Amino acid sequence: MPDVLTAPLVVEFPFTRSLGPVLSAFLTGLRERVVLGIRTRDGRVLVPPAEYDPVTGEDLHALVRTAATGTVTTWAWNPAPRRGQPLATPFAWVLVRLDGADTALLHALDAPGPEAVRTGLRVRVRWAARRTGAITDIACFEPCPPGTDAPAGPAVPHDGVFPDPVTILTTPARLDYTYTPGRALGRHLAALADRRITGERCPSCHKVYVPPRGACPTCAVATGEQVEVGPRGTVTTFCVVNIKARNLTIDVPYVYAHIALDGAGLALHGRIAGIPCDQVRMGLRVEPVWTGDARHPDHYRPTGEPDAAYDTYKELL
Amino acid sequence: MTRPGRPGPPGAREIAIVAFAQTRHRRATPELSEPEMLLPVLREALDQAGLRPGEAGFTCSGSSDYLAGRPFSFTMALDTVGAWPPVAESHVEMDGAWALYEAWVKLLTGEADTALVYAHGTSSSGELRDVLTRQLDPYCTAPLWPDPVALAALQAQALIDAGETDEAALARIAVRSRAAAATNPYAQLRGPVPAGDYVVRPLRTGDCPPVGDGAAAVVLAAGDDARRRCARPAWIRGMDHRAEPHALGVRDLTDSVSTRLAAERAGAFDAPADTAELHAPFTSQEVVLRKALRLADGVAVNPSGGPLAANPVMAAGLIRLGEAAARIHRGESGRALAHATSGPCLQQNLVAVLEGPEREERP
Repeated sequence: MPDVLTAPLVVEFPFTRSLGPVLSAFLTGLRERVVLGIRTRDGRVLVPPAEYDPVTGEDLHALVRTAATGTVTTWAWNPAPRRGQPLATPFAWVLVRLDGADTALLHALDAPGPEAVRTGLRVRVRWAARRTGAITDIACFEPCPPGTDAPAGPAVPHDGVFPDPVTILTTPARLDYTYTPGRALGRHLAALADRRITGERCPSCHKVYVPPRGACPTCAVATGEQVEVGPRGTVTTFCVVNIKARNLTIDVPYVYAHIALDGAGLALHGRIAGIPCDQVRMGLRVEPVWTGDARHPDHYRPTGEPDAAYDTYKELL
Repeated sequence: MTRPGRPGPPGAREIAIVAFAQTRHRRATPELSEPEMLLPVLREALDQAGLRPGEAGFTCSGSSDYLAGRPFSFTMALDTVGAWPPVAESHVEMDGAWALYEAWVKLLTGEADTALVYAHGTSSSGELRDVLTRQLDPYCTAPLWPDPVALAALQAQALIDAGETDEAALARIAVRSRAAAATNPYAQLRGPVPAGDYVVRPLRTGDCPPVGDGAAAVVLAAGDDARRRCARPAWIRGMDHRAEPHALGVRDLTDSVSTRLAAERAGAFDAPADTAELHAPFTSQEVVLRKALRLADGVAVNPSGGPLAANPVMAAGLIRLGEAAARIHRGESGRALAHATSGPCLQQNLVAVLEGPEREERP
């Protein structure tokens, strides 16, 4: 068995979400250094504000302003901050019940060490220098300096109206993975490096899968027997692509086809070149064209053989 | 037939777990694709139940594309179940315990007599602590990237502050779990593991589950079909799942209201159980669950070693149901609770009550 192939795989996307009235007011408020909560019918104040009462499910509308000071209700010392977390140096995760609120907000607390943190500690918001209308407008919490730790009063009603409210939140997200192809696809990729195209045969129904995925979806058994297919094959169906894909260097129009390689039990797909688009047809015989060190054929071109009869590939459409 | 005093809807069919199989869970499985990891497990479970591939009346799976970063990877996994020609099939982007719940409901309706349930996860493909932040509230929580260890540590500190546990007691849970796993050939951590340094204080490496890859499969069958397929079917006497608010600061982290409610509705408190398989990935969460499920001291908790010994995400909850059922299959338990969880700090919880044939009331 060849060494396991691996490839980095980065999944990265900016999620764009509309906020609705409650979260729009909350996040716009943070931009303006105002912390808003919401009052439930039974008088509890929720921070962050919820759109619905988590107990009764009622719509909530009564925004209130709370203080930017509060009390730690639980904490956890994080000695090794990870990417994206609020602080790059060791910090405490905290749940903070702001003065005037009945629920706690999750955030980071900047403290010199775990000895300086305890449940019940009085803390205050440290605002980010640059604020956009996001939970990260609170840079973190910090301990209240001695003499400034008296609790503030109850929450007061607030209309939630600010100039130029934030209505959309865009949050980037990036996750890093290592892709590994598995046994069957690994063998296929290893053969491709030698410019051979291989499939695997189902021991039960004898169908040859190209590329192989390790199992026959009809028989639910593992495939194992290596079968070299092609290199020539038959176009079973095709389309003409007229829209340029992003970052793709191939000029449009071009032909994208399903190609049943000789000996394969199903068609794979590839680009057809070396023939005008309007002359590509079902039954056209083609062969792969390899360029450089690529692990896959760059495209397929006509072999010049007579077209394959329909009956020879009709089961592979 | 329904029996007086039994939980469940009137006239409900009797449904049992008749087979269970799992991988030998490992830190990483780079040589296997997800279908290649699943195939032997499915075959083992189907063989136990005497079913051919594609023969189950319903198939339901649980997995998350985020774990390996492969969109629609669950459709690739269908290669392993004989899904062509098409079979009746469904998928949940949840732990496989919830796939089992869906399959149980399907069998209760009478639309199928057997079901194959499976789950898999390859946490090794990514950074699990980062990946799991993406399940959180996207407005006020996920932008801070709080990882599952951090959130569990907040819960653990709340328990310590409330006087419900301390670090020494948590360490004992870790030791007991890994000692129990010594006889479990499928576990990833078998035997003593040092308490280690703080990952996020107060949780140390020993308080945290191993990160690893794995898969599991269960077969459900109804009534006499179940009796034919298994000498000692593990009858599902009740099952329920409940969720709590996503905002951590709204919840009392020292309690699990949702577990207690699910347990009540599943009939967990109607009679004492001898075994409980708890999906508590962190030692501190076992403290919460023991209280919510009112477990007496004599109950065997996580005799398999539990998720502290092997925690293949998306399969670990299904494995709790499978391990509890397997204890009944082997005659080691007469009545067992199985619990599965999802979300941060035990946000969502499923409880099932399983019983062996000696608990069947004779007419």
